[in-house]
Amino acid sequence: MDLSYTAQEQEFRAEVRGFLAANLDPKLADKVRLGKHLTKADFEGWHASLNSRGWLAGNWPKQHGGAGWTPVERHIFEEETTLAYAPRIVPFGLAMLGPVLQAFGSPEQCAHYLPRILSGQDWWCQGYSEPGAGSDLAAVKTAAVRNGDHYVVNGQKTWTTLGQHANWIFCLVRTNTEVKAQEGISFLLIDMETPGVTVRPIVLLDGGAEVNEVFLDNVRVPVGNLVGDQDKGWTYAKYLLTHERTNIAGVGFSNAALANVKRIASAEVAGGRPLIENPHFAARLAQVEIDLMAMATTNSRTLAKAAAGQAPGAQSSMLKVKGTLIRQEITDLTRRAVGPYATPFLPESLDEGYNGEPVGPDYATAASEQYFNNRKLSIFGGSNEVQRTIISKTILEL
Amino acid sequence: MDFNLTEERQMLQDTLRRFLADAANKDSNTLWTELAELGVIGALFTEDYGGFGGAGFDLSVVFEEIGRAGVATPLLETGILAGGLIAALGNDDQTALLESIVDGTQQLAFAHGEPLTRYDLNHVATTATQTGDGYILNGHKCVVMNGGRADTLIISARTAGDVASNDGISLFLVDASSVERRSYQTMSGADAAEVYLNNVTVAKTALLGAEGASFYEIETQVARATAALCAEAVGAMESAKDLTIEYMQTRQQFGRPIGKFQALQHRMADLLIEVEQARSATINVCGHLDADRPLRERHVSAAKNLIGRVGRQVAEETIQLHGGIGMTQEYNLAGFTKRMMMIDHQWGDTDYHLERFIALSRAVG
Ligand SMILES: Cc1cc2nc3c(=O)[nH]c(=O)nc-3n(C[C@H](O)[C@H](O)[C@H](O)COP(=O)(O)OP(=O)(O)OC[C@H]3O[C@@H](n4cnc5c(N)ncnc54)[C@H](O)[C@@H]3O)c2cc1C
Ligand SMILES: Cc1cc2nc3c(=O)[nH]c(=O)nc-3n(C[C@H](O)[C@H](O)[C@H](O)COP(=O)(O)OP(=O)(O)OC[C@H]3O[C@@H](n4cnc5c(N)ncnc54)[C@H](O)[C@@H]3O)c2cc1C
Repeated sequence: MDLSYTAQEQEFRAEVRGFLAANLDPKLADKVRLGKHLTKADFEGWHASLNSRGWLAGNWPKQHGGAGWTPVERHIFEEETTLAYAPRIVPFGLAMLGPVLQAFGSPEQCAHYLPRILSGQDWWCQGYSEPGAGSDLAAVKTAAVRNGDHYVVNGQKTWTTLGQHANWIFCLVRTNTEVKAQEGISFLLIDMETPGVTVRPIVLLDGGAEVNEVFLDNVRVPVGNLVGDQDKGWTYAKYLLTHERTNIAGVGFSNAALANVKRIASAEVAGGRPLIENPHFAARLAQVEIDLMAMATTNSRTLAKAAAGQAPGAQSSMLKVKGTLIRQEITDLTRRAVGPYATPFLPESLDEGYNGEPVGPDYATAASEQYFNNRKLSIFGGSNEVQRTIISKTILEL
Repeated sequence: MDFNLTEERQMLQDTLRRFLADAANKDSNTLWTELAELGVIGALFTEDYGGFGGAGFDLSVVFEEIGRAGVATPLLETGILAGGLIAALGNDDQTALLESIVDGTQQLAFAHGEPLTRYDLNHVATTATQTGDGYILNGHKCVVMNGGRADTLIISARTAGDVASNDGISLFLVDASSVERRSYQTMSGADAAEVYLNNVTVAKTALLGAEGASFYEIETQVARATAALCAEAVGAMESAKDLTIEYMQTRQQFGRPIGKFQALQHRMADLLIEVEQARSATINVCGHLDADRPLRERHVSAAKNLIGRVGRQVAEETIQLHGGIGMTQEYNLAGFTKRMMMIDHQWGDTDYHLERFIALSRAVG
């Protein structure tokens, strides 16, 4: 047992810190810390800044323009960037599609799409879920019918995160209805500027519209946009779901959110003293911190296995369940910490260009919004119920 | 023991439930007028003050229905807090105002909390300085529910004593248009405001109750308001629960209704058990509103603590069991989950009332 990082890893951490100090605009970090809505330009600017350092695609091998980091290096990068309140890296192109193309795409597809992901020319979104296919993803109905050199696609995707910024969507589509559900699915890349694609925003509990419905109405997609083989999409889809799992615990996010709630609790006053000195609140805070410290090590244990070449498999389900519960608990502490100022609802004040004064302290503005928004963590990416089923079946063999 | 509603209260509940069933699309002014016409505001007052109720179980019948329907009304601020303070403390001129409260022509708000108050009722830093013929008010009242729409405010201010002393808190009836306000919407769709008092002069006649002696009456009315909020939360819990059960029976995944998955059935069973606990805690507090202060306040804090915990559980579980749809603003559940969570931030949250319960229990011995 040795809990320390190697000298090389420590050096890498210092390098990341140096980069953040020099390149992360404090105004942008403030927006992230205060839970403001980031604009497309905010994300793109941060991506570009990382890309110019060669750090945008930590998980990609060098041959594809990635950083080729080890799982531990990726973890260090994640930890440092989240703690500095850098914007998250939008995962759809970088963490999801990239690895799928590298594993199953043609050389031409890799040569065409991967550089465009890095340069920011393309913004991808994920077209998996449908109104009738959530946890039961294999129930996708969106139909792609071969017609000469094209597939003609009809159907609806939903919950498409940041689809409003995207120009491309990777979709699971049904190409065969004669076989078992999982065996008739294909993985198709669709240019969202094609006629017949309509994007409609869905407003969530926090008043923001980060997800969308995507309607596909006789959309003609060149057959060259099929990834891998027709009807084999389920394999690729699952590969995507299990591939990027090093960050599923969200330890970095929790660290950052915990530091933030401590800052808030030091500023808030309860009974004439800083809230952080209130024994009851302090106990709540300590409880989460204790959980998080253990979680960080559970995460590292999984990383060490991954570094040794063992696929994390169902262990990532454990990280997801516990990791999201901790993140959600911290958002609950934050809304508690701000007291009555959790009540005002001014979503416009979280938008770019809002010049008004906040109601109450600035750190309170997004507290309830974040609390509600983060309910999503236990729903998406395979709900926590689905993860528990995976744990019982795969690890417990029940 | 008898846990049945009286015939009158049963009628009130039936009428209100029927009326509120299609209240969702009414604008807030129309809703307010119609509630007054139905006599709902009157149900919050005793006969002495133009009403026909005013007891704990009148409040709970009304507020459970408000919660069940998920409508935002100023009933709590106008009818219970301001109305209650005026009825308890007002002179003849001031209690005359109650008529226009009961008939729906006046809306009020109770401007009490301040940025450093958090939930301590005695923390009042706003000052009222006596002048020859009146007072000058200075301070900042925050998150004043219904503060933007109110015609009249009841403002608490210190005429004597330390910032956290029970003694020295006075109340003033102030024309809302005479003070600076910044109004905004709350998470659960109600109106609230920041109230800024910069050398606001009020006449001596604005004083409500004896100078410097209002703390215990504030606490009494906040106890009634807390009981009402608990009942409102129970109503919201019932609706959230019903929506979720219905959804679990209809939503199909893996070829069957998700309600057939035992993992989810058990979660709903736990939820039902907790909602029943919430109902009992609400009955406890409503049944003790007229008890001596130590007993009454223990029930206030017990109920508000329990409601805060169960409210959170119901909000989080019903969202979770809905999946993505539970996260959306448009779906009916949104109003209920938000209301349950925001109730925790009114008049003391789970933690505040847990500590208060401990302190009160020590005092009782
Ligand atoms: C904010 C947000 C962003 C999202 N972004 C994307 C995106 O970019 N792209 C995309 O494709 N999708 C996205 N999703 C969709 C997400 O993956 C689905 O919401 C998720 O798979 C759950 O599906 P559902 O919402 O249809 O819920 P359902 O599958 O209907 O589930 C409802 C409830 O039933 C439970 N349940 C279902 N089946 C079982 C079972 N067998 N046993 C026990 N419990 C069960 C679930 O856990 C849940 O509690 C997003 C969702 C949200 C909320
Ligand atoms: C102290 C004690 C006193 C008792 N006194 C009496 C008595 O006076 N008279 C009498 O007749 N019996 C008595 N019992 C027996 C008692 O009723 C049984 O123990 C009980 O019914 C559970 O049965 P079991 O022990 O065989 O466990 P099992 O039924 O085998 O259950 C094992 C576990 O599986 C769970 N489980 C079982 N079925 C399901 C399902 N369908 N879904 C989900 N979970 C499930 C159970 O909840 C339990 O956690 C007593 C037991 C104890 C421990």
